[in-house]
Amino acid sequence: MNKTAMTLASQVELAREAGRHTHHFHGGLHLRHNKKISCRDPVVRPALPELLIVPLLQHAGDIAEPFVSAGEKVLKGQRIGQCQPSAAVHSPVSGTVEAVENRPMSHPSGQPGPCVVIRPDGNEQWVELEPVSDWENASPETLIAKIQDCGLVGLGGAVFPTHAKTRDGRDRQIHTLILNGSECEPYISCDEMLMREQPDKIILGARVLRRALGAERVVIAIEDQMGAVQKALTRAAKLAGSKNISVVKVMTIYPEGGERQLIQVLTGLEVPAGGRPSDLGMVCQNVATAAAVADAVVEGKPLIERYITVTGNGISQPRNFQALVGTPFSHLVAACGDYTDDVARLVVGGPMMGYPIATDDTPVVKASNCLLALTHRDIADPQPEMPCIRCGECARVCPATLLPQQLHLQIKTGLWDQVQEYGLSACIECGCCDYVCPSHIPLVEWFRYGKGEQRKRALESEATELARKRFEDREARLLRFKQERAEKMTRRKQLLKDKAGRGDRIRDAIARAENRVTRTGETPDDA
Amino acid sequence: MTRSFETGGAPHMPPQTTVAAVMLQVLLALVPGVLAYTWFFGPGILIQIILATFFALLFEALMLRWRGRPLKPFINDYSAVVTAVLFALCIPPLAPWWISCIAMLFAIGFAKHLYGGLGQNVFNPAMVGYVVVLISFPQVMTAWLPPLALAEYSPGLVDSLVTIFTGHVPVAGAWDAVTQSTPLDTLKTGVDAGRMVPEIRSAPIFGDYGGMGWEWIANWFALGGFFLLYKRTINWHVPVSVIGSVILLSLPFWLADPDSNPFPLQHVFSGGLVLAAFFIATDPVSGCVSNRGRIIFGAGVGIITLVIRRWGGYPDGVAFAVLLMNMAAPLIDRYTRPRMYGE
Repeated sequence: MNKTAMTLASQVELAREAGRHTHHFHGGLHLRHNKKISCRDPVVRPALPELLIVPLLQHAGDIAEPFVSAGEKVLKGQRIGQCQPSAAVHSPVSGTVEAVENRPMSHPSGQPGPCVVIRPDGNEQWVELEPVSDWENASPETLIAKIQDCGLVGLGGAVFPTHAKTRDGRDRQIHTLILNGSECEPYISCDEMLMREQPDKIILGARVLRRALGAERVVIAIEDQMGAVQKALTRAAKLAGSKNISVVKVMTIYPEGGERQLIQVLTGLEVPAGGRPSDLGMVCQNVATAAAVADAVVEGKPLIERYITVTGNGISQPRNFQALVGTPFSHLVAACGDYTDDVARLVVGGPMMGYPIATDDTPVVKASNCLLALTHRDIADPQPEMPCIRCGECARVCPATLLPQQLHLQIKTGLWDQVQEYGLSACIECGCCDYVCPSHIPLVEWFRYGKGEQRKRALESEATELARKRFEDREARLLRFKQERAEKMTRRKQLLKDKAGRGDRIRDAIARAENRVTRTGETPDDA
Repeated sequence: MTRSFETGGAPHMPPQTTVAAVMLQVLLALVPGVLAYTWFFGPGILIQIILATFFALLFEALMLRWRGRPLKPFINDYSAVVTAVLFALCIPPLAPWWISCIAMLFAIGFAKHLYGGLGQNVFNPAMVGYVVVLISFPQVMTAWLPPLALAEYSPGLVDSLVTIFTGHVPVAGAWDAVTQSTPLDTLKTGVDAGRMVPEIRSAPIFGDYGGMGWEWIANWFALGGFFLLYKRTINWHVPVSVIGSVILLSLPFWLADPDSNPFPLQHVFSGGLVLAAFFIATDPVSGCVSNRGRIIFGAGVGIITLVIRRWGGYPDGVAFAVLLMNMAAPLIDRYTRPRMYGE
């Protein structure tokens, strides 16, 4: 629906109706769900691993500065790293720091990064927890500060610091908090399990976040295939006696769970290009983030644990865990009865947007929602890449209504002005185009490259602009100097001329004086 | 215990389809039309399809070799076969063998590979091949068979083979029987000579709407087209706008003067219009990318076809219309970019 003609203010008004009717977004894919295999057993905490590897970069922003060094004792929940203005990192166990060193991190780059390696002592001794007392009457700023203290980040995958998003939302007059429970990628079921098992905590977290944001309503979006979840959440909301919390079922179409797509489904509105959901008066948080907010504010517990799905045909007994941050994936796989024989690839996240990891001693981080072990059959042999035949399938499935086939060509040939015009920046890298491409062109890879190149070009043009300005300023300065010098010259010349003139004047004066003297001599007291 | 794994790019799922599968689907969709063609006009068309496919693959292989490209993935993608079959469906069923050879040389060698191969061609290769031979060898290209039902003599498989390879009909005096003009041609010369359309249409080569036999072949092509629509290999925009624009534009002419202008549906069911609407103008490589663009593209094809049929020098103008719109496609694309999310 084209609502671009509407003013932003009227769009914000319309956004208040979020969830009353559901709408559609463009494109998307119906994918095989594959979620049931990991939902059969209740979620358990695995045994403590021998070592925990806690990366210092688990959030959007800079690497956290470590507070601890090798040999130091730490308590469970103790802060071990901090990065202003992003999120803090806490020790998931009580024990001894073995080392602070570079280890393979769970990160799309695959590069090793600084990690705090902790050997647990098994006592699970907590640091003294400081919950916010009476959060219902606490100031929003207190709540936000607590959220920041506890190292909360968005658990849906973007790991944007929660306190920053909340504070920004508060400043921008949010009316609706959307909790995203529509986990649209195949295989992943950790949010569904969380909603089934801890609906009260999610509702509690939602209320805390609502207060911190100053929002009026909460809309929890879940998939239409999660019947039990809707009941559980609705009941929990009723129990909490809280009004204005609604649970809305949305169709299961990938990438429904994308923030912009979900907002479009709930409101029929599109987040303005280059803008944020807060432009429409909305903030979107993952349901797991809400549960973590409840833990942080009401119990004072930092974010050191999360629900994670360990699944795929490469795992003997797929299931969900409540795993400590820092637990090596290999430990979770062992708790699932090890790999099957034909395991071929390990992916963190879902099959559409997840990234592969090279070794399984990579640890769980705040963002890890799923460890997916795929077999050769699941991924199939890499097909040869063929030229684009412009069939347009990619454009049909693109949720951002872009023309991927054109963008691909433009990036390939370096037509950067057109790349800009055709809206590369609106690409959410969902991978729908990749999936349907009959020529097997790695489109998302091209688009990431294109975005990087655009950033580089923007920086370059900034530098060029600066250099140009410098040059122009210098030219202007030189011109000014020249003019000043010329002026000075003329002034001096004038002065010289004046001096010559002054000589005359002096002569005149002398003449006048002499005159006077003569006259005075004749009649001294005449006057 | 640590274990290492191979990595690879997302999405971590087997690909949905291949270029070869898309092309095969198009070929499959052509089967009903080809069978109907054989039913009405004899086995000549099958020989032409085989011949054209042979030459298309030959030139494809030669060009790939010459350009230093791998043979296997490109020979196996069936794109040259689609070009060959679409071309064969446009030429008289008993045209001599070298027609295919020359046409495929231009279609595959020039229109496709000199522009950069699969996916890079500006013009529809089949139409380039067809237009080259149509302009160069007009006499050969206008010698059409009458439908079997009307024919005094109808060449069987052997006679067709002999005719195609020697250029002579093996039965004495049968040449006239195999070189009749098409219904569209008859109509055009008739109208130009000042005769009334209803009078012209009373000739036996005309059917209910188009030419006898031709209209049924068109129906079967349309059936294949619906299969492609159902499979989402093509979008509805191009076929609808091609056929829609032909009907809309010819309707006022017919209403104003039914004696010198044929009924709109006759335009639709004559010549190559239905084949073009579903199989040729829908070629994604040389067409438009957005849905709005496709509608403009299709309408252009329909309008130019009618203009050529009505005022031009050729009885059917579909091939020229497609090529002219191919030229306009990049420009149309430029002005029909869809609104993107949040814009």
